[in-house]
Amino acid sequence: MPEDLINSFMTGPDENGRFGDFGGRFVSETLMPLILSLEAEYEHAKTDESFWAEMDFLWKHYVGRPSPLYHAERLTEHLGGAKVYMKRDELNHTGAHKINNVLGQIILARRMGKTRIIAETGAGQHGVATATVCAKFGLKCVVYMGAHDVERQAPNVFRMRLLGAEVIPVTSGRGTLKDAMNDALRDWVTNVRDTFYCIGTVAGPHPYPAMVRDFQAIIGKETKEQMMEAEGRLPDTIIAAIGGGSNAMGLFFPFLDDKTVNIIGVEAGGKGVNEKMEHCASLTGGRPGVLHGNRTYLLQDDDGQILEGFSISAGLDYPGIGPEHSWLHEIGRAKYVSITDVEALEAFQLCCALEGIIPALEPSHALAHVMKIAPTLPSDHIICMNMCGRGDKDIFTVAKHLGFDMKI
Amino acid sequence: MTRIDAKFADLRAQGRKAFVAYVMAGDPDYDKSREIILGLPGAGVDVIELGMPFTDPMADGETIQLAGQRALEGGQTLAKTLQIARDLRSTDNTTPIVMMGYYNPIYSRGVDRFLAEAKEAGIDGLIVVDLPPEEDDELCIPAQKMALNFIRLATPTTDDARLPKVLTNTSGFVYYVSITGITGAANAEATNVGPEVARIKAQTDLPIIVGFGIKTPEAAEAIASVADGAVVGSAIVAEIAAGKSVAEVLAFVKSLADGAHRA
Ligand SMILES: Cc1ncc(COP(=O)(O)O)c(C=O)c1O
Repeated sequence: MPEDLINSFMTGPDENGRFGDFGGRFVSETLMPLILSLEAEYEHAKTDESFWAEMDFLWKHYVGRPSPLYHAERLTEHLGGAKVYMKRDELNHTGAHKINNVLGQIILARRMGKTRIIAETGAGQHGVATATVCAKFGLKCVVYMGAHDVERQAPNVFRMRLLGAEVIPVTSGRGTLKDAMNDALRDWVTNVRDTFYCIGTVAGPHPYPAMVRDFQAIIGKETKEQMMEAEGRLPDTIIAAIGGGSNAMGLFFPFLDDKTVNIIGVEAGGKGVNEKMEHCASLTGGRPGVLHGNRTYLLQDDDGQILEGFSISAGLDYPGIGPEHSWLHEIGRAKYVSITDVEALEAFQLCCALEGIIPALEPSHALAHVMKIAPTLPSDHIICMNMCGRGDKDIFTVAKHLGFDMKI
Repeated sequence: MTRIDAKFADLRAQGRKAFVAYVMAGDPDYDKSREIILGLPGAGVDVIELGMPFTDPMADGETIQLAGQRALEGGQTLAKTLQIARDLRSTDNTTPIVMMGYYNPIYSRGVDRFLAEAKEAGIDGLIVVDLPPEEDDELCIPAQKMALNFIRLATPTTDDARLPKVLTNTSGFVYYVSITGITGAANAEATNVGPEVARIKAQTDLPIIVGFGIKTPEAAEAIASVADGAVVGSAIVAEIAAGKSVAEVLAFVKSLADGAHRA
């Protein structure tokens, strides 16, 4: 549908969990009844004031929301163009946006009487957030993490264990985030009666993409209010990095109907978006397919076999993308670009040096795109990027790439 | 009437239970899997489940995951899997072949193209794990229009209220998944399965075949005795993984078939 024929971009998904042709419920029969009961529970919670009152209380007192909206003055000056703001979700408890969503899902799980929580994790941020909230509520927590990621995100593995979670290194397939998600789904099918699957991004079968988006939308809601306060108007451009797409959907969603706001999602370009597939840019380098319960753009070969992505950032290393992004891409409401490992590393260092903020490698991708476009824009153009995570977890990876010996 | 309907009518007339064998196409390599599959009818297999390898088999345990990986590493494709079916059809025109796997390779090929090719290759039915009734418009309805059976899984979580939805567009037979879990995991127990089969039979006349967790001739017999037949997959795939010869694999299959047929 042409963009100007749509009244609102905020009404999706439809009753079948579709955003246009994307989304859906592509799961085995064993899981279908659970997904339907989760949907019913969420539909009820959505309009239940006591649910949101509990969320608001914990967001404020446990997570530390609202996160600041910060004018990056030296970066703005250095780039010499657009005025750059950062939404500081890296200041949240546990260091990333992931906990916004985890709180919502765990409160739902408690309402449903589930006693065991499982999660998949890539960078480990979603795993840490889940382990954290489970510790707070005394719930059993099991986190599936690709064996390769266990190695490159070792500090987060230890954090999860300190928080009482069981971390299961996944060796099936190629031992990455998508395989961790497969094993989490296998666990769920096996333990359907007592287990709640807390998905970390806007992917999976309906209602997950919509539910996770709604929990993350606090990012965009706050940004809107804070920007009105700081500038008396909306930003011209908003930018976020995309793994599965939850921090991006969270920032974008409240702005979808504000037609003057340019929306840009940044995928991980790895070594460059080429035919060798050494990247994770599902929209730029993939085509529609069905994986992990939904139809969306995927990295796949000619025979419909899923390909591994490649990125320096474990949190972006996923061959798919949330279905709502696929839809926004096809209707043209949002634009999607890619940033390479090298560009992200440069942005990482610049942010440390100019702003005193050590960003995670994921938002470093968003920042790298800001660095590309800000110099070409006038000084009254306002850009807001989502600083969705802090870089503590990444310093070992970055040190390796910069040739710095971390052994003390 | 498809070959599946004919086969079950025939078995019913003889008072026999069905033995269904699952083998992954292309495992451990194309030639050997072709030889095993072409030998299945001779080993007493009533219905062949032809596994289509997929990189992300979210309902399968390690045994079948690894079989899929071996097949893909050996260059197995959907076209080659269809070729095995075609080859079987040149020697056997009665044993039903049901393709079993996940949706993406089919979607990627194009549903209409896939259905036309499957029909031409002599396929009789499809089991696609990640297509519940909620997604019937994707493949189930188009397959029924081509007179291919779409066989649905019913599970312990499919309660009586939901069962009609699962049965509505199902044809050929109903595949009852005996456990909540993945293939090759827990053991199926006949004492649990019997009442479940009765529960489903109260709502359909289709044959009820039970699978997941059946590993021995004795288990095949016990399960088949409380249903219309039994499916064995992982236990056969494990023999192939262990490097057994074609003759040894088929002898094992025959022992399972004999078990089911004793019921
Ligand atoms: C800081 C950070 N940003 C982004 C992501 C990617 O996820 P999403 O695209 O769902 O926000 C992750 C995932 O681990 C992360 O830790």
